[in-house]
Amino acid sequence: MPELSTSSLPDLIFTILFFFMMVTSMREVTLKVRIQKPVGTELEKLARKSCTSFIYIGKPTEMLKAQYGEGTRIQLNDDYAEATEIYNFVMSDRGELAEIDKPFYTISLKVDRETPMGIVTDVKQALRKAYALKIVYSADQKND
Amino acid sequence: MPSLNTTSTADISFMLLIFFLVTTSMDTDRGLGRTLPKPPEDEEQQNEIDVKERNLLNIRVNKDNYLMIGDDFVSLADVKPRAKEFIANFENLSNLPERNPKSIELLENSRLSSSPEAGKYMTASGKLMVTDKHVISVQTDRGTSYWVYFEVQNELVAAYNELRDDLAEAAFGRHYENCTSEEQEAIRHFYPQKISEAEPKKYGKAL
Repeated sequence: MPELSTSSLPDLIFTILFFFMMVTSMREVTLKVRIQKPVGTELEKLARKSCTSFIYIGKPTEMLKAQYGEGTRIQLNDDYAEATEIYNFVMSDRGELAEIDKPFYTISLKVDRETPMGIVTDVKQALRKAYALKIVYSADQKND
Repeated sequence: MPSLNTTSTADISFMLLIFFLVTTSMDTDRGLGRTLPKPPEDEEQQNEIDVKERNLLNIRVNKDNYLMIGDDFVSLADVKPRAKEFIANFENLSNLPERNPKSIELLENSRLSSSPEAGKYMTASGKLMVTDKHVISVQTDRGTSYWVYFEVQNELVAAYNELRDDLAEAAFGRHYENCTSEEQEAIRHFYPQKISEAEPKKYGKAL
């Protein structure tokens, strides 16, 4: 029996590799807040990930608790931030987009279940000021 | 010259593949989409739109996560039926949103007019009646938990989706999501989603 030729195997694997490099995206940030998203039944898919910025709101993770305490925090990019910094965050993130994509600019709010609405509201008001009016309340699909 | 031994290339590329599988994410973000109102022109001027009382469904959540619709205490499960009743107002009650005639060609030409459900959606003369002036407002306290707010929003979207499904079934004989985009647009014109992202007020003490 002739031996199976495996000389094209590397090329095959490389093709799969390139496929994955294209369809996936690098994990954007390291989360510094613990987020357990709410669950919902009527969720829609986020249209375009490239035109989306993320705002994370939750309590500091176990490791950072000693340093930052138990209070709810807002995370922009890789660091904790105040609601007042959202304006600049939106401006710089939206500025990087191509002109044609700007109307599709969306903010995805990844908010922990137990967050008090006061903080969410502050963030929403800041977003209004920055004219980032399209938002998504990020959530998990409820399976039942 | 002996050729380069390439038997391990496959293993190397496998390693790369696994590395990328681990470090990247393919998870598609899901959620409820909303559009915020534009900011007020200047700080003092609050751009509150006058809404007739019958056209407004006020849902309030206090700091202890108790829900109120209008003047009644309700549970989360009551939100959807109450919202559906409010949005549709099939019986044309005077305390629910006013119904205005509206012309939506695709729906008028559909089999809706000959279906047994026709009386719910149109007058005897075949005019579509739409509650297009209704507004649903969810007001929260600063201490309200986010998940309660989110689930109320979710129930409201569910109410719209169920009503749209009913209409799609009556007019086109299939589910809303199976309709063509023109048909979906016609249905959205009949049931526009009007959930106000109003600014919250302090309610905890008052309740």
